[in-house]
Amino acid sequence: MMRPGFHDPVPEAQGCFRAMLDAMSRPGRVHTLDVALDAPPPLAPATAAVLLTLADAETSLHLMPDGAAAGDWVRFHCGSAPASLPEASFVLSLGIHPPLSALRQGSEEAPEQGATLICQVRSLTEGEGWRLAGPGIRDFHHLRVEGLAADFLQQWAAQRPAFPRGVDIILCAGRQLAALPRTVTIEEG
Amino acid sequence: MSFSVSERQRWMAVLARASLDELRTCLDAASPLPPHRRLRGPETGLIMLRGQAAAVGDRFNLAEITVTRCAVSLEGGTVGHAYLSGRDAARAELAAILDALLQDDATKPAWMAAVIEPLAAIQAENEARQRRKAAATKVQFMTMATTR
Repeated sequence: MMRPGFHDPVPEAQGCFRAMLDAMSRPGRVHTLDVALDAPPPLAPATAAVLLTLADAETSLHLMPDGAAAGDWVRFHCGSAPASLPEASFVLSLGIHPPLSALRQGSEEAPEQGATLICQVRSLTEGEGWRLAGPGIRDFHHLRVEGLAADFLQQWAAQRPAFPRGVDIILCAGRQLAALPRTVTIEEG
Repeated sequence: MSFSVSERQRWMAVLARASLDELRTCLDAASPLPPHRRLRGPETGLIMLRGQAAAVGDRFNLAEITVTRCAVSLEGGTVGHAYLSGRDAARAELAAILDALLQDDATKPAWMAAVIEPLAAIQAENEARQRRKAAATKVQFMTMATTR
């Protein structure tokens, strides 16, 4: 049974966009979205809101097979062109995400064409786990993420030498989201 | 669900051409509409109309037109859609509900008889009147040649 999208699309999408903008400018900061969204399982409300806000008919989206159950909802509400993993501008992953190197990296001339991975994880908490540093963070910021690939930190470090090419990540759990722009460096701690 | 694409095109076209007053008149006489859930809209936007000279030439952009669209679902899960020219949200929502009802075999005959057929008759009548008026002003440029 098809579920609705945003109840009031303009203010809700704007509010969600603002939260994502803040999340991207302050990497690792956890934001809680204030949306009344009846998200289709297995999507969390934050994941569904991010998709409704970012994906539309002018963007390409790749759904990993773990999101197939929500495929009809995503196609109906976002209307994004389906694309293969190396070509999509947005990639949605609900479980173990694909290797970051398999996503579109952008080019030296147009690094903004690197893909954005929308990744639903089990939980997001500010605290011991990772130590983030980089633009938008004074000294250090601590973030704890559960539900990412075991070798995520190696994958993240591996894309660093190619900067400004690379992949940005939006992490979603429940109603919360946090962002990892490619500028951030992550260490355990 | 048993209906052909052309059948659905016909009722969607009839609903798209009907005015809000005409729709309400038909609905007042029919049984009340079942509850529905809005999936998208009603929302208004622009779409590009494309033209083709004499139906054979290259397609070109003719103009943008204001369109209101709506998608609803009924309790059984049937999804109805409506795309209407103009910005009348109430009309788009009613048309979407009726589109959903007409896709269901159990409710289709009653709603065809109560709404689509009367509206189609009104529209056919309007078109015939328009044609008669236009025909009355037709100029026979070849009159001299053909009557000689």
